[in-house]
Amino acid sequence: MMLSVQGLQAWYGKSQVLRGVNLQVARGEIVALLGRNGAGRSTMLKAIMGGVARDGRIQFDGTEIGRLAPHQVARLGLGYVPEDRSIFPDLTTAQNLILGEKPGPGGKFGLDDAYALFPRLRERADAPAGALSGGEQQMLAMCRTLMGSPALLMVDEPTEGLAPMMVQKVRELLVAVAARGVTILLVEQKLDIALAISQRLYVMGHGEIVFEGTPASLAGNAQVRREWLEV
Amino acid sequence: MEQLGLILLNGLVYGLLLFMLSVGLTLIFGMMGVLNLAHASFYMLGAFLAFTISIRLGFWAALIIVPVLVGLIGAVVERYGLRTVHKHGHLAELLFTFGLAFIIGEVVPLIWGRTPVPYRVPAALDFPLFSIAGNAYPAYRLFMMAVAIAMFLVLYLALARTRLGLVVRAALTHPDMVGMLGHDVPKVFTLVFGAGCALAGLAGVIAGNAFTTEPGMARSLGAIVFAIVVMGGLGSIWGALVASLLIGFVQTASISLDMPLGTALMHLGIPVNTAMLTDLWQITIARVAPVVPYVLLILVLALRPRGLMGTRSA
Ligand SMILES: Nc1ncnc2c1ncn2[C@@H]1O[C@H](COP(=O)(O)OP(=O)(O)O)[C@@H](O)[C@H]1O
Ligand SMILES: [Mg+2]
Repeated sequence: MMLSVQGLQAWYGKSQVLRGVNLQVARGEIVALLGRNGAGRSTMLKAIMGGVARDGRIQFDGTEIGRLAPHQVARLGLGYVPEDRSIFPDLTTAQNLILGEKPGPGGKFGLDDAYALFPRLRERADAPAGALSGGEQQMLAMCRTLMGSPALLMVDEPTEGLAPMMVQKVRELLVAVAARGVTILLVEQKLDIALAISQRLYVMGHGEIVFEGTPASLAGNAQVRREWLEV
Repeated sequence: MEQLGLILLNGLVYGLLLFMLSVGLTLIFGMMGVLNLAHASFYMLGAFLAFTISIRLGFWAALIIVPVLVGLIGAVVERYGLRTVHKHGHLAELLFTFGLAFIIGEVVPLIWGRTPVPYRVPAALDFPLFSIAGNAYPAYRLFMMAVAIAMFLVLYLALARTRLGLVVRAALTHPDMVGMLGHDVPKVFTLVFGAGCALAGLAGVIAGNAFTTEPGMARSLGAIVFAIVVMGGLGSIWGALVASLLIGFVQTASISLDMPLGTALMHLGIPVNTAMLTDLWQITIARVAPVVPYVLLILVLALRPRGLMGTRSA
């Protein structure tokens, strides 16, 4: 397993949000993590990166990362794109991308690759990133993380709040990235995208995994969808 | 006219000096979310160390050694003090810097005494350069300005052109994200804290002899520097620059104006009824000069709670 999470717990102050989560991602997979708002999906990604108080076993490529600082986790090859995108608004588009480059091995993905995946970024290269549209910022955030040549890309709700055209572009980018050999753990709200591009998926509810299976098995399980996904 | 030239010149020197202090403070706040209450103490430390070192090795050696020394002290304080306290939250960090300011404030008089020390302008620069508005203009003032401008250029290039500068500017808005992209943010914190302290130390070296080096100097300047950082917008470098120059000019101008308040307001076209509050209008502007920065601060915050160029509210 590329990523193996066992009994992961996480807290914000005294309130516990993750209650012993188990999750596995194999090399080359696209795995989707679904659930209603507040289920704990974003917290799950933050906990893997070391961004919240946590406890449990997290192994990445056989290395225990449960006690490492975020920058150490990132340098091992985990890329993370947060839900709020965390664009650096005062820096230019190009400077944002450059900051994604990491010390250490990598160099598989550069500025030209980013511009090839989403040409609009080249046109806006010298504009302050804060002036980009929401969709452009989402593309920038994903490309910035890809600049660090991660082996596993974790993306939190990349299509949230985007127009249908941009949703399609984000989806194409994810598929293109996967085709380059990057493994993907995708948090999504839109069931159709998750069902279409993932090989396996997990459903979370109240800080626990409540379903694990293939897109076909979830599509055929109306009860899980009604209880844990539909609003 | 010459009077105005003198005010501009002195205001610029004073403003750049204030910027040397406020830029470190605002960078540290922007990145780490900590208002370093001990920042001006590092300025004082710089002045006293410069006094001692200049006796042994001369002023020029002090000019190089002291900023490095104060920067190292700052880096050690961050690495082994602040970083340990960090996990207990911002209040703990604030109290830590408060305690630090208190300790430096007590240790300095223990070593150097409670009265001003005779830290003097170096002989090579101790001569009048030219005469302006009937005053001899000291060559050392111009030297201070040159050092301050050189510092500003180096800082600007470092922030605008280097990768580390990019990391620092990114961390001003999203420090967590910078870490998750693989940058060692704690190490960058230590560097920025150290660099901020080094700048405060440098300010102490070049200002301690132009003004007075005494144990109260941190307190008097500290308050103004806080006012500047809040006024400019917490975490904003350009805001700190604008506010520093503004306070520099306004304070220099008000110190040199001997005019009664009432007359000044009338010159500005603001009619005042001098029959009421007679005593108030007789006070000269020079005497209210020390409150001017704080009046400006309150004005700015009333009109723009984020500060002049800040992105978050104070
Ligand atoms: N920064 C935070 N501080 C405190 N509670 C939080 C914070 N972020 C999220 N939570 C809480 O944790 C729970 C899980 O949130 P989250 O992981 O964001 O869920 P999801 O991403 O599935 O919508 C929610 O109840 C939410 O209110
Ligand atoms: Mg979320």
